[in-house]
Amino acid sequence: MPTATIAGIELEVDEEGFILEPEKWTPEIGEEISKEVGCWPMTEEHWKVVHALRDYYKDYGMVPPLRQISKVTGFEMKRLYELFPYGPGKGPAKIGGLTKPAGCV
Amino acid sequence: MVDKTEMLDELEKGPWPSFVSQIKEQAEKNPISRDLLRQLEQSYKDKKLYWRHGGVVGVWGYGSGMIGRYSARPDLFPGVAEFHTVRLNNPSGWFYNTKSLRQMCDIWEKYGSGLLYMHGMTGDILLLGTTTENLQPCFDELSSEASFDLGGSGPGIRTISCCVGPARCEWACYDTLDVTYDLTMTFQSEMHRPSLPHKFKIKCSGCPNDCVGAILRSDLPIIGTWRDTIQIDQEAVSEYINGGFDIVSYVINRCPTQCMRLTEKELGINDRECSRCMHCINVLPKALRPGKERGATILIGGKTQLVEGTIISSVLIPFIKLTPPYQEIKDLVNKIWDFWGEYARGRERVGEFIQRIGLGDFLEGMGIEPNPYMVAHPRENPHIKFEEYYREGD
Repeated sequence: MPTATIAGIELEVDEEGFILEPEKWTPEIGEEISKEVGCWPMTEEHWKVVHALRDYYKDYGMVPPLRQISKVTGFEMKRLYELFPYGPGKGPAKIGGLTKPAGCV
Repeated sequence: MVDKTEMLDELEKGPWPSFVSQIKEQAEKNPISRDLLRQLEQSYKDKKLYWRHGGVVGVWGYGSGMIGRYSARPDLFPGVAEFHTVRLNNPSGWFYNTKSLRQMCDIWEKYGSGLLYMHGMTGDILLLGTTTENLQPCFDELSSEASFDLGGSGPGIRTISCCVGPARCEWACYDTLDVTYDLTMTFQSEMHRPSLPHKFKIKCSGCPNDCVGAILRSDLPIIGTWRDTIQIDQEAVSEYINGGFDIVSYVINRCPTQCMRLTEKELGINDRECSRCMHCINVLPKALRPGKERGATILIGGKTQLVEGTIISSVLIPFIKLTPPYQEIKDLVNKIWDFWGEYARGRERVGEFIQRIGLGDFLEGMGIEPNPYMVAHPRENPHIKFEEYYREGD
């Protein structure tokens, strides 16, 4: 697996740059990744979504479905896409050091 | 030049058009198509697929329309290391002018493999094969210069498609083109920002011939129908008979509900028994027409393959008049999304959801009264046990 040095920490990542070692994640890493997914500078709203995803991940071992993200954070889907133009699932997942959400053709 | 393609060459034999010839033509000038051909030849030799279902790819602001596809052997076939598909929303009824098609093709040759697939299962134009890097500039040009927008993909409403409807067909019971356009515009945001448990397809067929296969290929088929009687032109019937056409063998005996009879050269139909199979109307187009009071039947739950297997849609709304702005359909769709979105399991189509919870509970959740017309097939038992809906004393 490839590695990347983000915010001074060397991490294993997958081919799209999703961190594979969630235990090493820090908010500084998230801040750094936010630059590449078009969310920098991170606002309180961004962090609210990222933390909601991390909490859900802790409980269920997966990134929540989009509808669930909207419900938990209280943001409309349109707002979520404004906040995370890379996608409100994979954007905050990548920033939060979580695995890539499963796609659907 | 391309390597030897002995296996694929077999697929060029015979009088039929061949996709291999098409890819070979592109391969002369395009490295992506060249490696596509090589990888495909290898697949036939090894009897193994070399595609890897990819990660999520996309363009800014959209959650749909791009499908990631990667080669499992990028070392051997670098041209198709990334081979993503772009889905473009089709216009109602698939009517294009040559200018827009040329623009689209030029842009696609510039950024992708130059290979197209028209049209995919959902009706979109599929542009097959480009790199992650090219997705954004390709989309920018397609949307700004050629005025195409992305279609649906992922767990959301998919591109809505329809038959040619009243544009070219005399049987259309409602304006399929307008309904498709109107719903597409209404649900733009939901199409481009998917947030449902799984895909949701709407297809509009103008009559029960169902030329877009809506009943099987969509979660919410809207199929044209009539609620009065089939229009009969007895003079035209006589013409058929006098012309030597065997109406009894070819029409009356083939009526699935046996609701037709011929007396003294006059054709009679017991419309109460008619199941709208369209056979007689198709065979006697000069003599028979759908009734005058036209609208549509809305069905629910169709899908093919995967998870629970194929499900044919069953009737949800037996008859509805369709007039702009089609608010009843929009309200119905939103209600389905709310209920199914809330209670479905991940990756559960609405048809599977109804199979799991039962149509009775689904109707209750939707606030729709059960109705004997809610059948899976014409002239068969309804899904619902009606006694549970009767209160004591009813």
